[in-house]
Amino acid sequence: MKSVPVVGVLAIQGGVREHLLSLEKAGAKSVTVKTLRQLGEVDALVIPGGESTTIDKLARKFGLLEYMREARAAGMPMYGSCAGMIMLADHILGAITDQESVGGLDITVERNAFGRQSESFETGISITGIREPEREFEGVFIRAPWVNSAGESIEVIAKVNSGVHTGRIVAVRSDTLLATSFHPELTADSRVHELFVEMVRKA
Amino acid sequence: MSSEISTGTTRVKRGMAEMLKGGVIMDVVNVEQAQIAQDAGAVAVMALERVPADIRAEGGVSRMSDPDMIDAIRAAVSIPVMAKARIGHFAEAQVLESLGVDYIDESEVLSPADYAHHIDKWKFTIPFVCGATNLGEALRRLTEGAAMIRSKGEAGTGDVSNAVTHMRKIRSEVLKLSSMAPDELFVAAKELQAPYDLVAEVARTGSLPTVLFTAGGIATPADCALMMQLGADGVFVGSGIFKSGNPAERAAAVVQATMHFDNPDVVAKVSRGLGEAMVGINVADIPVHHRLEDRGW
Repeated sequence: MKSVPVVGVLAIQGGVREHLLSLEKAGAKSVTVKTLRQLGEVDALVIPGGESTTIDKLARKFGLLEYMREARAAGMPMYGSCAGMIMLADHILGAITDQESVGGLDITVERNAFGRQSESFETGISITGIREPEREFEGVFIRAPWVNSAGESIEVIAKVNSGVHTGRIVAVRSDTLLATSFHPELTADSRVHELFVEMVRKA
Repeated sequence: MSSEISTGTTRVKRGMAEMLKGGVIMDVVNVEQAQIAQDAGAVAVMALERVPADIRAEGGVSRMSDPDMIDAIRAAVSIPVMAKARIGHFAEAQVLESLGVDYIDESEVLSPADYAHHIDKWKFTIPFVCGATNLGEALRRLTEGAAMIRSKGEAGTGDVSNAVTHMRKIRSEVLKLSSMAPDELFVAAKELQAPYDLVAEVARTGSLPTVLFTAGGIATPADCALMMQLGADGVFVGSGIFKSGNPAERAAAVVQATMHFDNPDVVAKVSRGLGEAMVGINVADIPVHHRLEDRGW
């Protein structure tokens, strides 16, 4: 894989601009993806935070979901934050009736598990595998999901360290897929995006 | 950053609005409408008792909605639920916070409770969205703790002209600031009637520090595409959907047009066969003292 990979950010809705900036800081060329043609032109894809029901419905409406599933099965690296984590999960708890996902990560994710907006929070977390892992990462959790259970093929790379939710799984990865409950794109810290760009280079 | 848990921070309040970008927030008055909105792909619903068109038609004092009605809508959908408090009515906002809504709209659509002061929004864990007709007004709301701004437009009319005026005004004032010399910003702050630090921040970054949605009179998919091309981060649609002939189709169409605002082929496609749009009132035909845009200052 080339040293400056082209990473698309799915631009249906949500925190698109922030991911574009974080990816550029992490050494990738970033572009928005709204159409099948644009999806065909990228080496990897980020599914941003937003409303997972909206992203799912519009991805299906415009034929993107099926294509994303095929690209993922063919080995395209993907990273999902918050709603994006839900989109990459094989199983969703608290989904609305007909909600679908891209899947690929053998995890069960619970939507809005940390609660509604009044419970949205920030906390420092330790993430395995990022640059300078001893330095805590600013975890920004907004109506965030958590991972209820993860299969054997999944590496858990971060859990909540304190408070009533201590031990909850909030970041996971496989060889090509990465997912976080929180929003690294809302911080100035690009280490999670660097990890993803590294995964893209190795793919 | 420590591993303590912090709720209600500026970043989680503003960040919540970031996650709504590119989406449509719809006014709903009952569970059935909330479900139609969610099925259409709305990113959030605004729970209220009467849509602005009815408030306008029926007159009288308009207040916060019944908590039972807000609870019923919260129980029926999984997307975020917003609700409106009257301008300056901090006790209504306290009630909405206690109900656990996701966002509070301190809204000129309801009858103002205080003609001098807006709510001190820093005191709340729940974030607030406020309306603005110009940059100075937007910055005053941010100073009071708003975490999201929407251009006001003229609610309940189906006439997009004021939304256009307000969005163009805010964007052009931001552009003007970003082209000013540093020593001109002191007077700019005086003229905008906004704090110097915020004015300097806007000048430096070339944008508001929060998300800027649009609202007030948006009724068609093309209206959404227009406002998004004028720089809105997303759209509030009030009376436009459920006062139209075919709400489910129109709701889906405005959502799709908002995503593909820069693709006229998609906007054309989703505009077909929607039936009648809401009847609409020209803003110019509304007596000045009945216009909502002048509420809040």
